Amino acid sequence: MGGIGAPEHLIVNGKRLDGRKFDELRPIKIKVGAVPNADGSASIEQGETKITVGVYGPREVFPRHMAKADRAHLNVIYDMAAFSTPERARPGPSRRSTEISKVIADSLAPAIFLEKYPKTAIDVYIEVTNANAGTRAAAICAASVAIADAGIEMRDLVTSVASGKADGELVLDLFQPEDNFGEADMPLAIMPRTNEITLLQMDGDLNRDEIKKLVEMSIKACQKIYGIQKLALKEKYETEKVGIEESEPAAQGGK
Amino acid sequence: MKRGGYIMADKLFVKDHDVVVPGEELAEGLDYLPAGKAFRDGEKIFAATIGLVSVKGHVLKVIPLAGKYMPRRGDVVIAKVTGIGHSGWTLDINSPYMADLNIGEASSEYIDTNRHEMSEYFDIDDYVLCEVITISDAKFVKLTAKFRPYRRLSPGNIIEVSPTKIPRIIGKQGSMINTIKDYSKCEISVGQNGWIWISGEPEQQARVARVIKMIEKEAHKQGLTDRVKNMMEGK
Repeated sequence: MGGIGAPEHLIVNGKRLDGRKFDELRPIKIKVGAVPNADGSASIEQGETKITVGVYGPREVFPRHMAKADRAHLNVIYDMAAFSTPERARPGPSRRSTEISKVIADSLAPAIFLEKYPKTAIDVYIEVTNANAGTRAAAICAASVAIADAGIEMRDLVTSVASGKADGELVLDLFQPEDNFGEADMPLAIMPRTNEITLLQMDGDLNRDEIKKLVEMSIKACQKIYGIQKLALKEKYETEKVGIEESEPAAQGGK
Repeated sequence: MKRGGYIMADKLFVKDHDVVVPGEELAEGLDYLPAGKAFRDGEKIFAATIGLVSVKGHVLKVIPLAGKYMPRRGDVVIAKVTGIGHSGWTLDINSPYMADLNIGEASSEYIDTNRHEMSEYFDIDDYVLCEVITISDAKFVKLTAKFRPYRRLSPGNIIEVSPTKIPRIIGKQGSMINTIKDYSKCEISVGQNGWIWISGEPEQQARVARVIKMIEKEAHKQGLTDRVKNMMEGK
């Protein structure tokens, strides 16, 4: 630990600085349908981290040469609003946001039936409006809900959480001071139905046993977040359920 | 149940009309068949989209509640002409794929391109009521407008609704759409792709558009036919 503005301790009296236990998540709120003009959308609030995701597609690919003959092109753009961090973030793509876009796309792709939409593009726009650690994990949770909201066929949702090590303790769902001054940071994404891992990154110092323990902790937490994701989706669609399937198609009488 | 020497318990985890999310487990065991947007993975059946479950005997169907229009053979669609080529037209069918209308499929008569301009038949920005005849593996969609009622749609009002709500707008055996037609005296064509063409008295056109938008928004509610009647009577 150390650095400018670092708090003396990240763990005080067996609790974290925001009063959480080591394996406690921040409060999570997911809202489906946050962007009316998008085909599917969701917004997530995880503690102070706030993200909005809009999904467009499947639609025609632009530029045309990106089209794949056998599956859809998944285009993820992660962007941080200029006002999302205490210090103004320079607008536009950066080295960091390009990398995060790529890892998010890679973690979402296994869950989507991309092969059902050949020659199309699925565009996922992720806008971080307030960053307080764990943005890529929260973005993955919101993006998979938004893709489901767009009616795109999926094998499963994708759920993600970042965990790490602060003051020598393994902690779940890091918030800003732990992320900045902790010893390690490990985002992980899974498909909750099978517990298959679709994203695993690690930055900092952890030994083999610690990683094992963190993976276990994260998977357990992901199952909790999965419940929130499911609930958010059902909340929007539960009201729409009566009478959709009233008729067979093409039953219209010509005049 | 006994199958192949071992006992198998077939389990159903959902009820008819349940809302399910992608990846949600619907049933276990080989006795159930996935249909619609449901898929099998090993011994279990899962939902692939957000949708409604329909259980009919052993068939487990997931009816999607959202999604873009994906063309299927036999669909009646309303298409917009976006390009004219040497031997046909290119049309937008409100889906990720463009569709082709070949000159031989455009009319029941022979079209002599030496004597007529292609645009005399279908011009750019015209709306055409047509049917999907084939979709190749490479997702080239072919349309036909050879026979009645397929034709170029005369000036009218085109409105867009979610393709998943089209069955509700048509109603059982066309009951809903026929009610609207009877009251408004408008000509209405509904495309499976979510585009609806309305032609008639301007006032009635506007009323029909309002009613259809209402149906789209409140598709989940019961007793819509009565509300539609009330709205059409101007109440």
